[in-house]
Amino acid sequence: MAKNVKIAIRNLYKIFGPEPDAALEHVKQGASKAGLQDEHGHVLGLKDINVDVHEGEVTVIMGLSGSGKSTLIRHLNRLIEPTTGEILFDGEDVLALGEDGLRALRRQKMSMVFQKFALLPHKTVLENAGMSWEISGQGREAYEEEARKWLARVGLEGSEEQYPHQLSGGMQQRVGIARALVSNSPVMLMDEAFSALDPLIRSDMQDLLLELQGELHKTIVFITHDLDEALKLADHLVILKDGEVVQQGDPQSILLQPNDPYIVDFISDINRARVLRVRSVMEPVKDGESFAGDVLETDNLETVLAKSGGDVSQVFRVVRNGQPVGRLAMTELTKALVPTAGSEARVS
Amino acid sequence: MATYDWLFSTLGLKEWCGQNKDSGPLSMADLLAKSKGQDAEPQSLWDLPFPSMDALNESCDAFPQSRDLTKGLEQGFLEVKDSLSLVLDPLTQPLSWFLDGSLYVMLNTPWWIVIPVMLAVVFLVSKSWKLVAFVAFSIGLLAFIDYYEYAMQTLAIIFVCAFLCVLLGVPIGIAMARNDWLQRSTIPVLDMLQTLPPFVYLIPLIFLFSVTESKLYGIAIILYAIVPVVRLTDLGIRLVDKEVIEAADAFGMTPRQKLFKVQIPLALPNIMAGVNQTIMMSLAMVVIASLVSAPGLGVLVLRGIRNLELGVGLVSGLGIVLLAVILDRVTKASLARVNSAQKQ
Ligand SMILES: Nc1ncnc2c1ncn2[C@@H]1O[C@H](COP(=O)(O)OP(=O)(O)OP(=O)(O)O)[C@@H](O)[C@H]1O
Ligand SMILES: [Mg+2]
Repeated sequence: MAKNVKIAIRNLYKIFGPEPDAALEHVKQGASKAGLQDEHGHVLGLKDINVDVHEGEVTVIMGLSGSGKSTLIRHLNRLIEPTTGEILFDGEDVLALGEDGLRALRRQKMSMVFQKFALLPHKTVLENAGMSWEISGQGREAYEEEARKWLARVGLEGSEEQYPHQLSGGMQQRVGIARALVSNSPVMLMDEAFSALDPLIRSDMQDLLLELQGELHKTIVFITHDLDEALKLADHLVILKDGEVVQQGDPQSILLQPNDPYIVDFISDINRARVLRVRSVMEPVKDGESFAGDVLETDNLETVLAKSGGDVSQVFRVVRNGQPVGRLAMTELTKALVPTAGSEARVS
Repeated sequence: MATYDWLFSTLGLKEWCGQNKDSGPLSMADLLAKSKGQDAEPQSLWDLPFPSMDALNESCDAFPQSRDLTKGLEQGFLEVKDSLSLVLDPLTQPLSWFLDGSLYVMLNTPWWIVIPVMLAVVFLVSKSWKLVAFVAFSIGLLAFIDYYEYAMQTLAIIFVCAFLCVLLGVPIGIAMARNDWLQRSTIPVLDMLQTLPPFVYLIPLIFLFSVTESKLYGIAIILYAIVPVVRLTDLGIRLVDKEVIEAADAFGMTPRQKLFKVQIPLALPNIMAGVNQTIMMSLAMVVIASLVSAPGLGVLVLRGIRNLELGVGLVSGLGIVLLAVILDRVTKASLARVNSAQKQ
């Protein structure tokens, strides 16, 4: 599954303050975020970020508040200028683009969904959805059909002539998503797109996004501070802390081998059985073994636990498209469920 | 001799002080001081005068007196006046035309056209029959007591001045919102325009323009009334939700599109609030401007004061209140409509 790198971020640094270049030297010599702030009065936004965003995948950037998530995603369409570093879109240097080139990139290649929706309050839902077309100088006749189609797709049929303030938060964010889809851009940037919604609506929206993604295979960069959300959506997970990437990769492997106490903290109170999948813990098939049954490679461990009825001596055969690809012993499964030591455990 | 003699002697300026001992006419105060005799030499500390220009002048004749300051200011103004009017006169000429034209149209169109047109406008901006009825009643009342002409003059002037305030003020406010430096340098000017007593505008204007020209009061009104629309345009645009602006950028709007499709529409409630205040301040100033020949209800107020005609003064005062209420209600109603079209 070697996919194209759609956006490549290389050695990206961002420092906020009056003299970022001078402060950059301190950072390169190893100044920490707190040190830079106290001693030099600059805020370290991002430090040496290297991330590949693959085509057709959901890349989730996760971190606590203030870790630089919003700063990072805003570099992709250059709403924020980096202090130093490279951003390549389809191999083309985004930082070399002039004003017109940058506008073309934003109009045709990237769309964005915002935490607080950021709809135009004086325009109808339909006009909001058609915003990208309107910006390129096309009238309502041109975009109406496309806009209606996507509004219906996100479940807003019949609300086209309403104004945003007449809709609930969840419905407003559906407009936000429709607006991004109507633009037909291959890349969608979503900054905490679901954080302002209450849990049930939020879960609905995640399902909607996954469903759409199953059809459209967009390249999505999704920001969240919620681990459950990250694990549900991510093909590739990037964990940020104080402006630095502490770990990135397949979410399952991060869960099984966290390389930083910060991440251990994050994952310490998660329901591992529901999140971990069979493929992450299965072993190669041994010859002449008898199995208690078949499980799918993509099943989560909870499903397998239910199937075993709690009998830890069982061994299952793992199948993909009907073909055996491995074995899963309940003993291995149980080991995978042992939580990584939490922060309290480490302290004591 | 005088209190601060020692100052000039220690500074070694005795000679410079003595230079023009006999120059300059004596003021009345000087004469009085002289006649009182200055032998009250050993003053107590209690009577120590502040080292003001006049006190220092007593010790040193070459030192200017405070009246020289006001004199100098006046002289300076008179000197630049001619070149200033040379520039300002043609620049402001259209204002006279607008005012005269609008007055002419308002007064020479028969009342049975003016009043219905006005009512139609009220309905268009407010969509409220109640308000239309109130305006019809008020104007009818003013006309019934033969104040129609004065009221129309006042309204004609307000329309022209408020329109020009918006025409100039909104772009200034937009420019301020986009440029911090411009905002910092404009705000003190706005503060000054807003706090100067309105009469003070009139003094230099009388020197600059002839009293027979209508632009004299036009400028006074505009200077006074433009402040709120500038301030609130600036504020309104700066208050536009940052995330919406970010969305506009993220979808590739040009700065121009951003201004006309996002910033101005979202700032509209604030701009309209500014327009409302601008209109109310024009009304306040048009009354004062009757001192410099602005026609309208203010003239009657002035007559009431000058000739002690209590009845005329009171009735015209009430007429002004009536106009104020009309203008306020109508602009507020349209503001409410703008507001309800947006959030909440
Ligand atoms: N314009 C700015 N000037 C100075 N510092 C800034 C600026 N923007 C962001 N920062 C700082 O950069 C750091 C990262 O901010 P950022 O908004 O990217 O965090 P975040 O991960 O998105 O947090 P949240 O979850 O609260 O949105 C913070 O310490 C913040 O204070
Ligand atoms: Mg953020």
